Amino acid sequence: MIEAVGLTKRYGAKTAVYNLSFQVRPGVVTGFLGPNGSGKSTTMRMILGLDTPTSGHVTIGGHPFRRLPNAPRQVGALLDAKAVHGGRSARNHLLSLAQLAGIPARRVDEVLGVVGLQDVAKRRSKGFSLGMGQRLGIAAALLGDPQVLLFDEPVNGLDPEGILWVRNLMKKLASEGRTVFVSSHLMSEMALTADHLIVIGRGQLLSDMPVKQFISANSADFARVRTPEGEPALRDKLSGVLVEAGGRVLSEPDGALRVTGLPLPRISDLAHGADVRLWELSPHQASLEEAYMRLTQGAVDYRSTDDKLAHLQAPPQPGQPGYGMPPGPSAPADAPQQGWYAPPPPGQNPYAAPQPPAAPAAPAPAAAPRPSLQKKPSDTTEDAR
Amino acid sequence: MAAVPAVLQSEWTKIRTVSSTIWTLASALIVTVAMSAALSAVLNSTFDELSELERATFDPTFVSFSGMVLGQLAMVVFGVLVVGTEYSSGMIRTSLAAVPQRATFLFSKIVVAGVLALAVGLVTSFLSFFLGQALLGEHRTTIGADNVLRAVVGGGLYMGLIAVFSMGVAAMLRSSMLSLGILVPFFFLISQILSAVPKAKEVAKYFPDQAGSKIMQVVPDALGSEKAPYGPWGGLGIMLVWVAASLLGGYLVLKRRDA
Repeated sequence: MIEAVGLTKRYGAKTAVYNLSFQVRPGVVTGFLGPNGSGKSTTMRMILGLDTPTSGHVTIGGHPFRRLPNAPRQVGALLDAKAVHGGRSARNHLLSLAQLAGIPARRVDEVLGVVGLQDVAKRRSKGFSLGMGQRLGIAAALLGDPQVLLFDEPVNGLDPEGILWVRNLMKKLASEGRTVFVSSHLMSEMALTADHLIVIGRGQLLSDMPVKQFISANSADFARVRTPEGEPALRDKLSGVLVEAGGRVLSEPDGALRVTGLPLPRISDLAHGADVRLWELSPHQASLEEAYMRLTQGAVDYRSTDDKLAHLQAPPQPGQPGYGMPPGPSAPADAPQQGWYAPPPPGQNPYAAPQPPAAPAAPAPAAAPRPSLQKKPSDTTEDAR
Repeated sequence: MAAVPAVLQSEWTKIRTVSSTIWTLASALIVTVAMSAALSAVLNSTFDELSELERATFDPTFVSFSGMVLGQLAMVVFGVLVVGTEYSSGMIRTSLAAVPQRATFLFSKIVVAGVLALAVGLVTSFLSFFLGQALLGEHRTTIGADNVLRAVVGGGLYMGLIAVFSMGVAAMLRSSMLSLGILVPFFFLISQILSAVPKAKEVAKYFPDQAGSKIMQVVPDALGSEKAPYGPWGGLGIMLVWVAASLLGGYLVLKRRDA
């Protein structure tokens, strides 16, 4: 059980983590999500007593980490895969850690086998790939057979076999009644691994709930309705009818309508009654990735923009958004904005072809929404690979 | 609470499993012994060309340690790397996550590395002495002569303390490169140069290497060197104060700063 109360960390003027309170319970895998720079690693370091919180406190099993009796036997952590002396062999690295907690050398060979590094145990870790480094870090975390495990981005650099292995390992550790706290920015990975999610953005708690609840709370299922192109009158007419019937209608940049609050058959009936033909009427269920993007879109610190190669081709245009610009007007997360975050085209929808960049009424800088469009948030298998 | 014997054992594993330990300690030994032997041989053959003052204060024991000026640099590198690589590799986070008691961590590391440096220092010192005396011919002294044993053991202590001082500095600066960049020029150039400049040498007398090296002299103010307002043990005491200060500084930095 990990418990954080009002955890705050400031580095000079920058607040990395602000007033963060949460509990990580045993027996389930708890995912810790947030965009880059949202304070995940800082929080992990504070849990491990590496960084001292500016205010607030965090305890493991009721004790601050620095006062835990025999910490390596109680808490195992993978913080940084490359945090090993490159000149030391994998086995000796683990041996030095094992000796700290009075763990016999036999256990070192055991965990090397568990993570699949037994063949390179005698090699210097300098030549390890990122994936091998992750495995070594996981071996170090497992060494003391601890009840509490922390993993910071454990699947970074792993091959598909390794990712599957880590996923099953986490679940197995949790099913043995351990506390498993895993950070990631891969929502799709968390969807498959975690039972409970803690989401932070800009160092503040955005959400703390079971995965299922998280999806339904952060994504409204909706229907996409498309009327014949070139007949805006029909579209307006249908909007009016749907709103009258109690639905909530938003228009998407490509002209489709996003309808919430009405079941599909009812929309069809209403359209029929209003004598409006439909080109599309499709149900949409938001994926975890979508829910996550929606939740954190206002809290992204580092947002990529299109590389316009401006000074390689032509003089830069004034007012062009660049790297490090504030991410534009932030809006309440429950009001989906078309320009900001549009849902992905569902499967093979011929109508959801690439949208013209001059989409109407985009409130944000023109370049800002594109990355989220390109990322195909619904494609949950893509990132997992 | 990670038990101290466990941390000591772990630090010993860490130190013996990296090749830099062997290289730095072996160079400290070889450079010191070889250079001391060479200078002893040279002084033996050119003894008659020395000035009268130098001949009057000729100190065969001190002469046989003259290679330490260079050899101590290898000790500095050893001390810096033992602490500094924890930071440069990021191992410090793994270490402190395993040993949350930072004082236990730092001082166990320094005890292990310090004892090892002291042992190598003593071997170096005795080898240098006996080889140097063998090459000094008729100007030699013996280990049984007054104060000679003190000087030879003191030579080993000096090398060990230089390494420990460097560990403290590396813990304060949290970087191998920065520590080496400061310590190597300091011991090799600044301290040597300042001790030859009028007025500045009054201050330089209290530098750790200048003060500590007095323990290796059997004849006071050997070879016409500057008179010091302290004796051999007083000099070692001044060096110990420096070492204690660097360790305290290193501990405070480790305790206060985020890893």
